[in-house]
Amino acid sequence: MDGGATSYNRRMTETDRRPIDYIAVTRETYAQLGYQPYRWALNEDPPSWATLGKPLSEARLGLIASGGIYRHGQVAFTHRDDVTHREIPTDVDSAEVRVTHFAFDPAAARRDPNVVFPIDTLRHLVAEGTVGELAPLALTFMGGIYSQRRLASELIPVLVDRVLELELDAVLLVPV
Amino acid sequence: MCHQSVGLVSRAIERKGVPTLSMTSAHSITASANPPRAAFTDFPLGHTCGPPDRPVEQRSIMRDALALFETMDRPGIVDLGYTWPAPWKEAALRPGDHRTPRHDTPQYQNRDDREAAVVAYGVGIACRAGIPGDVPRC
Repeated sequence: MDGGATSYNRRMTETDRRPIDYIAVTRETYAQLGYQPYRWALNEDPPSWATLGKPLSEARLGLIASGGIYRHGQVAFTHRDDVTHREIPTDVDSAEVRVTHFAFDPAAARRDPNVVFPIDTLRHLVAEGTVGELAPLALTFMGGIYSQRRLASELIPVLVDRVLELELDAVLLVPV
Repeated sequence: MCHQSVGLVSRAIERKGVPTLSMTSAHSITASANPPRAAFTDFPLGHTCGPPDRPVEQRSIMRDALALFETMDRPGIVDLGYTWPAPWKEAALRPGDHRTPRHDTPQYQNRDDREAAVVAYGVGIACRAGIPGDVPRC
């Protein structure tokens, strides 16, 4: 970070240092609005564990981003439990990448899509040899899906199939 | 919500034997969804991979994150230790509902995006359209 960040580091408050508990924030916001509390996914069972069977520098990496990202020329996402996805060629010009979302300020992402769709970043890491290669397509969707049932039954099976068809060694996921 | 969806997608992919890593700036939501590997950046929502127009720093964050594929040996969330360049949490914690209306029609960033999509896919198509040339799968 630059000098500004260093000086900010020294005068951070306790609020600045602690991660925001967005589950608690949402609970309070919904209570104020008179809504029922949202039931967040709570997985107490451990996740499956797969290992990368080769160095990252030889791996074929996939990118899945959930920030409502599409490419100029594609149909944009709706903002109401849209369970479709888009496929963006990983040689895309980042100037053609678009971002819309209802739950975060997209200003920075529109100026520099890499903050939520790190395509130039990953191409640089491939060129320098940190990552073996990128899959030819990145997968995107609109992550603001309130229905976990629809996510699980309609979107996840499609994304899993595409990951397997693209023969990925590892997948990077970027929410917003 | 995005973080929850990504956590659930991540678990499903890993279940098929492909290792996954999720970036996250919402620690509590990711911890609840419990994906295999997560890299925490304590940044305002909408900037998961770093501040805009700072490619050197974005690459540093991404190298540290991707290294977790080789260094983690059990599930968890690793704080990458980066700090946002300016105070932001007081503003993010201001009370109220800051979401915009959730429209059920495609929401374009630019007007000419809509026109380009209509050229590629025809009027009224709002389905699983991918790359121009593909047949939209509705």
